[in-house]
Amino acid sequence: MNAPSPYTLPFVETKAMRHIISILLENESGALSRVAGLFSARGYNIESLTVAPTEDPSLSRMTIVTTGSDDVIEQITKQLNKLIEVVKLVDLSEAAHIERELMLIKVRAAGKDREEMKRMADIFRGRIIDVTESTYTIELTGDGTKLDAFIEALDKTAILETVRTGASGIARGERVLRV
Amino acid sequence: MKITGTEISGDAVEVSGAEIVVKCLQAEGVEYIFGYPGGAVLFIYDELFKQDKVRHVLVRHEQAAAHAADAYSRASQKVGVCLVTSGPGVTNAVTGIATAYMDSIPMVILSGQVPTHAIGQDAFQEVDAVGITRPCVKHNFLVKDVRELAATIKKAFVIASTGRPGPVLVDIPKDVTVAKTPFHYPDSAAMRSYNPVTKGHPGQIKKAAQLILEAKRPMIYSGGGVILSDSAPLLARLVKTLGFPVTNTLMGLGGYPGDDRQFLGMLGMHGTYEANMAMQHCDVLVAVGARFDDRVIGNPGHFGQVPRKIIHIDVDPSSISKRVKVDVPIVGHVPDVLEELLRQLEPQAAKVDQKALAAWWAQIELWRGRDCLRYDRASAIIKPQLVVEKLYEVTKGDAFITSDVGQHQMWAAQFYKFAKPRRWINSGGLGTMGVGLPYAMGAQLANPGATVACVTGEASFTMCIQELSTCKQYRLPLKIVLLNNRYMGMVRQWQQFFHGNRYSESYMDALPDFVKLAESFGHVGMRIEKPGDVEGALKEAFARKNDLVFMDFLTDQTENVYPMVPGGKGLSEMILSEEL
Ligand SMILES: Cc1ncc(C[n+]2csc(CCOP(=O)(O)OP(=O)(O)O)c2C)c(N)n1
Repeated sequence: MNAPSPYTLPFVETKAMRHIISILLENESGALSRVAGLFSARGYNIESLTVAPTEDPSLSRMTIVTTGSDDVIEQITKQLNKLIEVVKLVDLSEAAHIERELMLIKVRAAGKDREEMKRMADIFRGRIIDVTESTYTIELTGDGTKLDAFIEALDKTAILETVRTGASGIARGERVLRV
Repeated sequence: MKITGTEISGDAVEVSGAEIVVKCLQAEGVEYIFGYPGGAVLFIYDELFKQDKVRHVLVRHEQAAAHAADAYSRASQKVGVCLVTSGPGVTNAVTGIATAYMDSIPMVILSGQVPTHAIGQDAFQEVDAVGITRPCVKHNFLVKDVRELAATIKKAFVIASTGRPGPVLVDIPKDVTVAKTPFHYPDSAAMRSYNPVTKGHPGQIKKAAQLILEAKRPMIYSGGGVILSDSAPLLARLVKTLGFPVTNTLMGLGGYPGDDRQFLGMLGMHGTYEANMAMQHCDVLVAVGARFDDRVIGNPGHFGQVPRKIIHIDVDPSSISKRVKVDVPIVGHVPDVLEELLRQLEPQAAKVDQKALAAWWAQIELWRGRDCLRYDRASAIIKPQLVVEKLYEVTKGDAFITSDVGQHQMWAAQFYKFAKPRRWINSGGLGTMGVGLPYAMGAQLANPGATVACVTGEASFTMCIQELSTCKQYRLPLKIVLLNNRYMGMVRQWQQFFHGNRYSESYMDALPDFVKLAESFGHVGMRIEKPGDVEGALKEAFARKNDLVFMDFLTDQTENVYPMVPGGKGLSEMILSEEL
């Protein structure tokens, strides 16, 4: 026998990479649980999932961030496409794209920390959207790493609460995902 | 979704949801519906009562309703339909639904649900049917508005029977069966999000034809997809045109005539030596409607050690390159792809390398010469293989054979040489014990007048034994071939091979007297204890055209199924009987 065919080798587990998958699906009750159920039933990761109706109220747009080797991502997209409610999907990570996530963070801002907190929010282009005598609530958007960096930059004991939406994504340039 | 359709009831007379359900079934040409009544579906039962086009078969357990509808479909290529009530009715049916799902069987399950206003209130007999069945259906619906009922049922039939088929559940709250609306049954259901492929990519088919013509050690491997898509004649044309060897999966048996010389038998965990060796050593593999599952390729790494090119034809893209990477994927409806492949290959068939093919066949004949299915024909105790061989002879290979799950299933698959598709009905994917009897019921109702036999084990049969009563009620003259080894034989075999002969809980103690049991249900019972009586008993039983005959064959308790590829092992790493 010659050298083994590269095709019939067992899957060489490629490194698990982060992918951001955008899905247009029927805006029907049950569609979300079908997608979520698919991920848990087949053991795929969900790092984050966001969903909301689009300008066409019969459709929802979902963004899923997942990690997996190439084979796993291929199966994920194939399995998602099999769901009856999935109209279209695209793996945004295959080309240039933009990701944004919104974070609301409530921090302690009393005494001498108050000024410092405001300065940090400014550096990260955050907006203070609610104020009490001892707290600020800051709104921050960006990609996940920027939000992580903001949290890193703060004194941990100052953080009272964080809420993150998970990533939403869209392709750069003229590529669009629509029916 | 877009609905185009004809108005069946002409005027705008309002009818109830229950009547709509029955009218939809009539419009679909449904002949039998398998079911069991209960509170949530009483209005539907009332409508069934008022008509005689759709005939209802009353099973004795909802699991059997799903299995019988499933087998009705397998044996007829129509969509199977079952009807169950809410709560326990649905949960009982789940095993049957999952069984159909794993084997891609087109089926529509209508389930009753508590009234819409009671949903979520933990009402009496409420379960989240859509939630419970979600992972084991192709799709499911909860109908909350009677105006959507007919269109939803149409969608269910379309989704169940197109693309890769599968079960679809329609959950209908009781108040929806009472509410009224005019009835329109659409004749199609276009869904923007559901467009199964048909034609394969022409470029890919051309590449496949090229590879096939260059093959030195070719092999054709076909599965349940050939049966489901009614492509057996096309497969036979391909095999005959090329002169290649062919093997079938457990689900694919009957896809190619079992007694033909080019047929190497079933492959996989209990496949023949020649089929597994040819699969392992071929240089070009054509996979048709098969999915390289773990009972066929237990160890993809071992399989990949031999260089070969793989062409894979399947309607479901997610089946391709899931466990084994392929060179030429062709996503398409199997008959469309085979048609096109044949159109390209037939004029060029002379290009097949006949010298190489002859050498390959010589190798295969050597493997075949191992006679891997050999067993002790001189045994004083009945060998289970003998019973299946005689069953094949007595029925002239022309029966519908259902089986349960275990050793008997494998012997039936190995020794009954299926000549035609849809004759072999078993649970390949889920491996559900208990299917045998309800499967036989569905197969018989789909083929009145045909010979239907159920090859079963005493453990499996006991799981749906209550259906003997259904068989009496509907006068189903089934022939039950019980290979009674007083063990969960397949479990015992694994315990012998892999668990140091510790037969933990696999002995079937306290078995009933099956002859008396059959008689108590109003059937004929026979017990056969000697090899010399096997043939005569079968002849006698099959001569009783109008009776259900239960044959209790006392078989060798220690017999094992060979060859065997242990789980996770390579195809060529078989345990053969002679090696033990
Ligand atoms: C519902 C269900 N439970 C358990 C199993 C596991 N199982 C597979 S084969 C088998 C034994 C079957 O025994 P029997 O029906 O007597 O057939 P035999 O193997 O003896 O021919 C068991 C328990 C199964 N397949 N299905």
